[in-house]
Amino acid sequence: MLDLDPGAYAAFIWPAYGLTAIAFLGMIASSLNHARRWRKRARELSRDREA
Amino acid sequence: MIPAPAFLSNPERFMAFSRWAAPMFGVIAVLLALAGLWLGFTAPEDYQQGDTVRIMFIHVPAAWMSMFVYACLGGASFLALVFRHALADAAAQAAAPLGAAFTVLALATGSLWGRPMWGTWWVWDARLTSVLVLLLFYLAYMALRASLDDEAKAARAGAILALVGVVNLPIVHWSVNWWNTLHQGASVFRKGGPTMTVEYLYPLLLLGLAYMAAFGSLWLVRIRGEVWRRRAEAAALRAARG
Repeated sequence: MLDLDPGAYAAFIWPAYGLTAIAFLGMIASSLNHARRWRKRARELSRDREA
Repeated sequence: MIPAPAFLSNPERFMAFSRWAAPMFGVIAVLLALAGLWLGFTAPEDYQQGDTVRIMFIHVPAAWMSMFVYACLGGASFLALVFRHALADAAAQAAAPLGAAFTVLALATGSLWGRPMWGTWWVWDARLTSVLVLLLFYLAYMALRASLDDEAKAARAGAILALVGVVNLPIVHWSVNWWNTLHQGASVFRKGGPTMTVEYLYPLLLLGLAYMAAFGSLWLVRIRGEVWRRRAEAAALRAARG
């Protein structure tokens, strides 16, 4: 049975899960942004060189 | 020849592998996390910890990852220093921010568990302090790399610092045995097997594997970004020289 009511400990449990979600979203966003930014830059420079 | 240096020595092979491996690890991470969260929120309350046992399912894997990622950082730094593999250096550089995030997560979720269970957010006991030192090593590594313009010097200095920090890993792991700490001892990876019941062990292990798969995916994405950054900077340098 799914138990989503942590009772008196809600003030500790939900922030812990919230922080975890934020940390993962931050890691995903920063990793994808970093990779996309530099892939775009590398391709631009490669095109400039070929032109 | 051991496989890791052979694999790391070929960026083209790595880029081809990581192109499909990164999303695959991401999907595996999501599936494992959903299964682990389902089991975690259907597990009964612990007789001592009550519902706060559910914090363990996200705190303990974050703590495992903080050490595992540092071991990866140390291993990649060793390969970069000894074999001069540029991809190993990129792997070390890519691991550091992820490891720092896992360490912050381990400290923050541990603190949120400690307040209701120990009655305090923080104690200067050996486990907590050694994990804080681990975080400082991650931050020092990133600061050192960012402070040096010369990529080769930054790689060498960073690798040496990372290898010095590896000494802290056994201290973190065995701190609960070597000193009298408020933090409890190992309950999963210990001689004689895990001490916890399967109701808690299964969600913990599933979320541990989910964190590991997520790290695998994000690490590959970040290494790919590093490879492109280095290619872009090399191309910019060539263009500047005409």
